[in-house]
Amino acid sequence: MTAETTPLVTATGICKFFDGREVLHDVHIEVRSGEIVALIGPNGSGKSTLARILLGVMPPNAGKVVRRPGLRVGYVPQKLPIDVVLPLPVSRLLTLTARASREQMEQVLDEVDARRLIDADASRLSGGELQRVLIGRALLRHSDLLVLDEPTANVDFNGQIELFELIRRIRDTRGCGVLTISHDLHLVMAATDRVVCLNHHICCEGMPGTVSKHPAYLQIFGPRAATSFAVYTHKHDHEHTLSGDVVAPGEGHAHEHEHDHGHDPHGHPAPDTRDGGGKRVRG
Amino acid sequence: MLENFLIYALLGGIGLAMIAGPLGCFVVWRHMAYFGDSLAHSALLGVALGFLLSIDLTLGIAGTCIVFALAIVTLQQQRRLATDTLLGMLSHTALSIGLVALSLMGSFRVDLLGYLFGDILAVRPQDLVIIYGGGAVALIVLAAIWRDLLAITVHEELARAEGVAAFRARLVFTLLLAGVVAISMKVMGILLITSMLIIPAATARHFARTPETMALLAALIGMLAVALGLTASLRWDTPSGPSVVVAAFSMFLLSLALSAVRGRAHTVPTR
Repeated sequence: MTAETTPLVTATGICKFFDGREVLHDVHIEVRSGEIVALIGPNGSGKSTLARILLGVMPPNAGKVVRRPGLRVGYVPQKLPIDVVLPLPVSRLLTLTARASREQMEQVLDEVDARRLIDADASRLSGGELQRVLIGRALLRHSDLLVLDEPTANVDFNGQIELFELIRRIRDTRGCGVLTISHDLHLVMAATDRVVCLNHHICCEGMPGTVSKHPAYLQIFGPRAATSFAVYTHKHDHEHTLSGDVVAPGEGHAHEHEHDHGHDPHGHPAPDTRDGGGKRVRG
Repeated sequence: MLENFLIYALLGGIGLAMIAGPLGCFVVWRHMAYFGDSLAHSALLGVALGFLLSIDLTLGIAGTCIVFALAIVTLQQQRRLATDTLLGMLSHTALSIGLVALSLMGSFRVDLLGYLFGDILAVRPQDLVIIYGGGAVALIVLAAIWRDLLAITVHEELARAEGVAAFRARLVFTLLLAGVVAISMKVMGILLITSMLIIPAATARHFARTPETMALLAALIGMLAVALGLTASLRWDTPSGPSVVVAAFSMFLLSLALSAVRGRAHTVPTR
């Protein structure tokens, strides 16, 4: 019982300096089991630094981070810097630091709808595919806490919605805590239990609906942020069709769209292919 | 009938290719070709120091390479100069100091060309002991840090978040590289060592689907390049080290052509 109520990770009084500049000032944050926390803030506000400190890969200058004993953290970076010169099938990426059988790998890839990618080359995955595989990787390690760094940065709009659906589904089935970092507002807030708004210090914190009306939030993101986010808030009383139109629940049902959208890169001609390398006929 | 010196040369080259292949894969994956090159340049300073202190040359070279490698890793912590600037500066400075020091020790007759390009035909049985002994140790150490090193090559922070001792893996890899440069100095020389590290690895990429197969293939390709290069050198009386490099590069071109043909075979049906 205490395991349920003890936060997975608690950071208190975190300060961090880079070259004498204070990037984080007296930051408090905690994440509990089963909650999705979004850390939002403008570029350069210290979000990634805070995430690194929580992950334990960077020490703070002041303050301390307490992890629940035995906590397994699953980190999902934004992208992998590997290039094609390193042949790395997804199955090998999954087992970089943990061992797993092929069945176990197929199982977690099923959970993230990426089973068909098991033998694909990791350097050739699209942004959305990579996110799914990396989330699967964290699941394979039985992570209690998922930390996702800008998970939607390289993902198209439909893919972003699916990704947040996936994150929520994993939270529901696995009961793990989730911390997402984003500068992308509306979608994150719609799919989140608690929002922490960071700009070197914690500006405001709370339920998405409350935070979006908070003066500090409006000051950082501008009044337009409040309106643009409103469209996506009521996550359970509507669904999205293929084109992103909002329909009543039941009309466009919950799970089929995941197949319809397809994560197949060949199914989606990129919008800019018209300009890319095409032969132009001159009149 | 093969002469003894040819057998030694062949064995020496093959022993070197066995460790240079897998290690070279990491040099390629981690974009450290220039680092390997700079390390080799600093080796000439090691030769001079070896003479000056009258210690074993391989030891002198290994020592210098290790100090050089540690200096680079330390200097990289500062952010004012990019790594390639640092390497370019230090490698040629080390090379020049080595040359200056050698010229000041006038009483020694140093075969400079031998150090620059190596002399695989001068490999003696005692060199083979160093190559195979050192190579075996290097392979065992590389195998021990393989998982960690691969993990930090894919994503260092991810690996660290998952408990990989990144600094240790990086340090050990750097020391391994210094050691292998030192033992391959006599065979390949300062200017050609990097090619034995990266050409077989680059060639192996076209046929490998996992990191491990790429490392294995790189070793095999390196061995084949040694055999082909030495044969060619014997036949046409060309310098042996450069002949090995030319053989390796020819195999790279062949692999390029093969993968292009294979790539076309794959794409045609889909059109």
